[in-house]
Amino acid sequence: MSQTFTKTMARNIFYGGTVFFLLLFLALTFDTTRALPSRDNRAALTPTVAHGKAVWEKNNCIGCHTLLGEGAYFAPELGNVYKRYGGKEAIIGFIKSRPVEGIPGRRSMPQFNLSDKDLDAIAEFLKYVSEINAAKWPPNIQG
Amino acid sequence: MQYKSQAVAKPYFIAAIGLFVGQILFGLILGLQYVWGDFMFPEIPFNVARMVHTNLLIVWLLFGFMGAAYYLVPEESERELFAPWLAHAMFWIFLVAGALTVLGYLMVPYATLAELTRNELLPTMGREFLEQPTVTKLGIVVVALAFLFNVGMTVLKGRKTVVTLVLMIGLVGLAVLFLFSFYNPDNVVKDKFYWWWVVHLWVEGVWELILGSILAFVLIKTTGVDREVVEKWLYVIIAMTLITGIIGTGHHYYWIGTPEYWQWWGSIFSALEPIPFFMMTVFAFNMVNRRRRNHPNKAAVLWALGTAVMAFLGAGVWGFLHTLSPVNFYTHGTQITAAHGHMAFYGAYVMINLTMISYAMPMLRGRTAANSERSQVVEMWSFWLMTVSMVFITLFLTGAGILQVWLQRFSENPQGFMVVQEKIALFYWLREFAGLFFLAGLVTYVASFFVGAKEPEALPEGTAASA
Repeated sequence: MSQTFTKTMARNIFYGGTVFFLLLFLALTFDTTRALPSRDNRAALTPTVAHGKAVWEKNNCIGCHTLLGEGAYFAPELGNVYKRYGGKEAIIGFIKSRPVEGIPGRRSMPQFNLSDKDLDAIAEFLKYVSEINAAKWPPNIQG
Repeated sequence: MQYKSQAVAKPYFIAAIGLFVGQILFGLILGLQYVWGDFMFPEIPFNVARMVHTNLLIVWLLFGFMGAAYYLVPEESERELFAPWLAHAMFWIFLVAGALTVLGYLMVPYATLAELTRNELLPTMGREFLEQPTVTKLGIVVVALAFLFNVGMTVLKGRKTVVTLVLMIGLVGLAVLFLFSFYNPDNVVKDKFYWWWVVHLWVEGVWELILGSILAFVLIKTTGVDREVVEKWLYVIIAMTLITGIIGTGHHYYWIGTPEYWQWWGSIFSALEPIPFFMMTVFAFNMVNRRRRNHPNKAAVLWALGTAVMAFLGAGVWGFLHTLSPVNFYTHGTQITAAHGHMAFYGAYVMINLTMISYAMPMLRGRTAANSERSQVVEMWSFWLMTVSMVFITLFLTGAGILQVWLQRFSENPQGFMVVQEKIALFYWLREFAGLFFLAGLVTYVASFFVGAKEPEALPEGTAASA
């Protein structure tokens, strides 16, 4: 780089640029926080849904599935599974019916032996997620 | 080696390489499970193997960063490390905590691990990459604080350089941002929003500062180019990193319930994120071309140049490929993401660690500057084997991803996830095959530490070998 552009100038761009864009990011975060109540379906956040999220985390569901597109890419997207399966019963039935020893040669979800309370909570949790306003994502029902 | 206490870096580097081997073995298990669905089921289900694969990666990269800091900070500060004993103690604490965590993943179901570690007291588990039990996370914080104190005191008491300043900003940022891993609200949107403050602001933010400073250090040492020139470049590169990368976080806020203006902020700023990586490539080649001496450690120079190129391709080009929101609408959460993730992590963070290890390890093992010719030839073979394999892994995953997007998301009759997975299985087989070549490269890499170890050191090019 030429001599007219000095190290001091480079340093000032670093500090100035970082501080400016960090503050801009915090401002956008502040605005996002204010906008979230109308998008994040928080009205549906019941104790059951909160328990469902705990069940979701405790069994590391994100280790195979995606939720709103984030997670692993080994098993189907679950952000819209409530809509894809058409309700809670089908979700609960699927989780309950997983064979302990898997399916020969194929991918299969483990049998987690969840209690009825946990099953209901996870289904409620997936219902809650499916009603978050995710800007029309995913493109279609297949996730 | 100019300072005795630099020797504490050695166990960190050895542990890093050991965990790297483990990471790749679990990667091969995962790759096989993609096409042989019940491989190791139900003993090691996919989610467990994936957790081990990604967590080992994070831990060994952190070992590498810490080793790099312990090696370069005394040399830059022109004094011994503040407390070598503390570095030794933290090494064992971190290694034992890491080993216990991985054993926990493998020995008991994840839900049992959550119960055993009392996750319900402060639930932080079960989120991607942050699967560690809360107690492990607390351990990471303790190790990070002790580490920062140790290198921080060394920097404060010694000569201050831009390299150590940038390194410290990166490391402090790493530690501070990790604290967001303890914030886990019931609200999924808020959970995801701040989860990215750890994940994105690490790998597309402060880690790039660490990468930049290590690269600058190795280039100063191996090329003999004036420090002033290198430091100016370093400032410009990291300025562009944070100017683009901070708001670039927005490319994760398109479809998680956050306001839609993020599609503009995220697209525009993350489209600029390749710039600092491109500058890094120009910088590395420029410095090597303007070198004032030929360093005898040719392997280290090769790794440094490789880092710059592969980081640009993996993080820059493959990141740009799916970062614009209209594209990301279709590619979000597909194998395209996996393709990018593999080449970006390898190109940027695996390779910078291997660069530093390649540069420092000969001195840590008693050489004056470099390994023997034969050892370096083997090491450079491993460079090409691993790097070319990773290019192919990335290309095959990209192929899988394009087909997946087409069949599942874009065509007129979208098909179900599992149906599509079977149709693209050929690409997964090819990826697994490339993974085996990667393992061969890694075995070659480990072998390079033993081959030619007793032979005399390589001499700089242009020096007549003594008969």
